[in-house]
Amino acid sequence: MSGQHTTELVVFVALFLVVSGMGFVAAKWRRPKDIESLNEWGLGGRNFGTWITWFLVGGDLYTAYTFVAVPALVFGAGALGFYALPYTVVVYPLVFLVLARMWSVSHVHGFVTPADFVRARFGSPTLALLVAITGIVATMPYIALQLVGIEAVLKAMGITGHLPIIIAFAILAAYTYQSGLRAPALIAFVKDTLIYIVILAAVIYIPAKLGGWGSIFDAAAEKFAKTPAPGDGILLNANNQLQYITLAFGSALALFLYPHSLTGVLASKNRNVIKRNMSALPAYSFLLGLIALLGFMAIAAGVKPIVNPETGKPDGNTVVPVLFDQMFPDWFTGVAYAAIGIGALVPAAIMSIAAANLFTRNIYREYLNKQATDAQEAKVSKLVSLVVKVGAVLCILLLDPQFSIDLQLIGGVVILQTLPSVALGLYTRWFHKGGLIAGWATGLAAGMWMLYLIPNPANGKLHFGGSAFPLANFGFDTKATLYAGVIALTVNLVVAAVATLIFRAAKVADGEDATARGDYFADEGDPRVKDIDLSGAH
Amino acid sequence: MTTPESGQDRTDRSPWNWLLFVPIVLPLLTFLFNADEPRLAGFPLFYWLQLAFIVVGVACTTIVYRMTK
Repeated sequence: MSGQHTTELVVFVALFLVVSGMGFVAAKWRRPKDIESLNEWGLGGRNFGTWITWFLVGGDLYTAYTFVAVPALVFGAGALGFYALPYTVVVYPLVFLVLARMWSVSHVHGFVTPADFVRARFGSPTLALLVAITGIVATMPYIALQLVGIEAVLKAMGITGHLPIIIAFAILAAYTYQSGLRAPALIAFVKDTLIYIVILAAVIYIPAKLGGWGSIFDAAAEKFAKTPAPGDGILLNANNQLQYITLAFGSALALFLYPHSLTGVLASKNRNVIKRNMSALPAYSFLLGLIALLGFMAIAAGVKPIVNPETGKPDGNTVVPVLFDQMFPDWFTGVAYAAIGIGALVPAAIMSIAAANLFTRNIYREYLNKQATDAQEAKVSKLVSLVVKVGAVLCILLLDPQFSIDLQLIGGVVILQTLPSVALGLYTRWFHKGGLIAGWATGLAAGMWMLYLIPNPANGKLHFGGSAFPLANFGFDTKATLYAGVIALTVNLVVAAVATLIFRAAKVADGEDATARGDYFADEGDPRVKDIDLSGAH
Repeated sequence: MTTPESGQDRTDRSPWNWLLFVPIVLPLLTFLFNADEPRLAGFPLFYWLQLAFIVVGVACTTIVYRMTK
């Protein structure tokens, strides 16, 4: 630890401790009668209004990793990395009506997870189990990535070794255990306020020091013109436009399939809160667009990413922390680092709660203890949330962080395979449960196969080097690529439809639908919504 | 579960919902914005126009929310 970062470190640690204190106090926030149930611990009492939901869902979707990785991508590839902006513009109108339906049916039946819904809708514990496992598998590396975000700022402060990460996560684990979803909901206020301050300062102060936005873009264009890579530049080219479109659209489709995004939605108190948030959440997208441009500022400022002592390669994730260090006075750099560090805690807490709820509801309750009481469910979820966080820390300690990033890439393709049963299931009961299972399996296999075939020449990897699948592999005479997740989802849908027709023709028994049409439009004040039946209708 | 009766007449259907397609489709039409000129405050078209699409998205979802409340 070098002495030159003392001020930064003091500010960082102080803010971190304040937030941790809030995490513990959160258990008493909004006075729960009894926190020993999943409605209270896992969904914060299911009573959050517009503002809390805005901070909670925003704090959940725009993670520390986003703040570190998106600018790193723009730093390395240019325009293609900016896909994160259209992705978060497209997503809200896309799910505007879908999430309202999900809220209604979940509140009528007391669903806590997307797999709960699938269980009731298609009458299939097996399909629900597959959806639950898919969710857990896709979420785990996502949590590990939050640690990568914290590690990036620690590295920039000259701190090496894993002990600080372990301490930070132990504190996080303790207050999530105690306060459940209330902890990230309360901390999200601080996290987002800090991030807004830091980013607004960054986009005014840094360009002024670098000679204005025009010269920042010109510097970036100049750098990309000199590199041999054909896909970079401050504009898209003929070969990566389709990739840009499908990556933005595919990522938008995947976002609310992640169990943790749904957790924030189900915690809101009525349909209007969700709809209002779908028009207010893009405020974060504006922020994300500006954050992405920090990648170009780093180019203009001549930032050199910190070399990872373990691999001897430059770590792209450090460009934003290094940029802040070069540009800001020490105390403000400390605030900026704290914003990123705390930015990792909110989503990590929500993700571990969501993964724990999936285990409790769709594995423990379904297969291990059918008569579980509310208190037992809460207990199991609390313990599993600890296990999940220990698992994430082990991922970072035992694996190359690059491996977590690859897993996250795979996670996006994996979670998309639940779209037919979860998202389409909200609209149609046409698919046969067997068809959905067949579609899920083939979509997953196709996705893995495609990712396996994609190399990354930049770091010499032969497999799992990215998500851009060259159409030339299908025999097309083109250099254009498509997002592998979108192709895998197409395979999934086609197989699910064909298999449904086959199962129907063969008269294979289908599951029973426990939901009724009116359940999808129920709202707060409806007698069925008020009376939450946690034992479930299934 | 209860037999369907109350709330059966409710629905999310509304012609206003078609407006949601605008912000879903617009940001995916790369030919509209994949250009450097004209620049705005130093931002190439590619960047400022996509930031402007956020405003379109907010406007469309807000209108749909207000009209279907």
